[in-house]
Amino acid sequence: MRPLFFVVACSMFLFAASGPSRAQTQSAKTGSDSSTITIDNFTFDAQTVTVKAGTQVTWINHDDVPHKVVSTEKKFSSPVLDTDGRFSYTFTAPGTYEYFCSIHPTMKGRVIVR
Amino acid sequence: MGKYIVHDHNDDGLDRRGFLKCMAWAGTGIVWTAAGGLFTSKTLGALTRDRLAAGAGPFTFVQISDSHIGFSKEANKDVVATLREAVNRINALPSRPDFVIHTGDLTHLSKPGEFDTLDQVLKEMKTDHVFFVPGEHDVLEDDGAQYLERHGKNTLGHGWYSFDHRGVHFIGLVNVVDLRAGGLGLLGREQLEWLERDVKRVKSSTPVVVFAHIPLWTIYPQWGWGTDDSAQALSYLKRFGSVTVLNGHIHQVLQKVEGRVTFHTAMSTAFPQPAPGTAPGPGPMNVPADQLRRLLGLRTVDYVQNRQALAVIDSTLA
Repeated sequence: MRPLFFVVACSMFLFAASGPSRAQTQSAKTGSDSSTITIDNFTFDAQTVTVKAGTQVTWINHDDVPHKVVSTEKKFSSPVLDTDGRFSYTFTAPGTYEYFCSIHPTMKGRVIVR
Repeated sequence: MGKYIVHDHNDDGLDRRGFLKCMAWAGTGIVWTAAGGLFTSKTLGALTRDRLAAGAGPFTFVQISDSHIGFSKEANKDVVATLREAVNRINALPSRPDFVIHTGDLTHLSKPGEFDTLDQVLKEMKTDHVFFVPGEHDVLEDDGAQYLERHGKNTLGHGWYSFDHRGVHFIGLVNVVDLRAGGLGLLGREQLEWLERDVKRVKSSTPVVVFAHIPLWTIYPQWGWGTDDSAQALSYLKRFGSVTVLNGHIHQVLQKVEGRVTFHTAMSTAFPQPAPGTAPGPGPMNVPADQLRRLLGLRTVDYVQNRQALAVIDSTLA
């Protein structure tokens, strides 16, 4: 998975460098049917991800402590993700989906489905 | 009363009238006040000397925290061994503690085998009773049902309770359940209402010890190191002459005095975490093997009758 992280990191960097807002970070594979969000240092690497309807989003935990990805509106909930644990959810309907880590609730993220 | 004023020279934010009123019954406590109320990082040898100097106190209890049984990453690959070392330290104390308080994160992943291992190690401890409050790692799967079944019998709600021991009122609170997106630790309305009722029957002159996993003061909200509604809880304790708050969660000793309330976070027995804001995140901190035990430890608390403040002594496993 390392190359993918690199792509994600680079795309974040480029986006941050190219505009004043970091709110609309595109997923690494814009236009495809899957997207990955990694967790490092108690942070979702892309705090806002925009995807097409039907996209499967996968969260991967790289921390030494467990995290749990939970929809703020209870639309989805991962099991406890220990180190390297992953959870996927397919977003079928357009909308904005807020989520957080129910173990460490200062960790928040958002998936925008178009 | 004059002698109290003579010693009341440190700028500790105490309201003098309240302080004198408080000390009128307490009789002493000057050493505590003059020293700023913080006794830290003493060795167990020093503890023994202090004990002899002060005369034997009526009772001692111990706080351990964040044993994280089940954790096996780089920061400490054998958390059972370090917990056992802490237990051995407790068993070697000059006087047997009346009880031990574990302030949460007993386990790392709330797994039955982790709870079993913890129980086995704690059975080796020479004390009469162990009190628990849950950490967020103990309530991962089932809103804490397993925790309650094992360690929360005869408690209320998600595991809160109070008890009295030799003139001190102890309150165990739970601030790791039903957390809200973007928030910190949370006590919740039901528990706060219970707390308000619970302390109503306690005299203001009774020393109070409050223990909970996540700190009840805001240390570093960016890392979730605080409790959203702790101010409400503390407001019910304002009339008491001595309130000692014991927390875990942040795997390091930090202390603060606010009026008549002293706050103390404890070391973990498992792994250290970085000082607030000194790392990209609050996760386990990797240190050289020969330094690990300098950052793990336990806490002894001495209560001396007729002396209002409790002496809090942290010691490492080194």
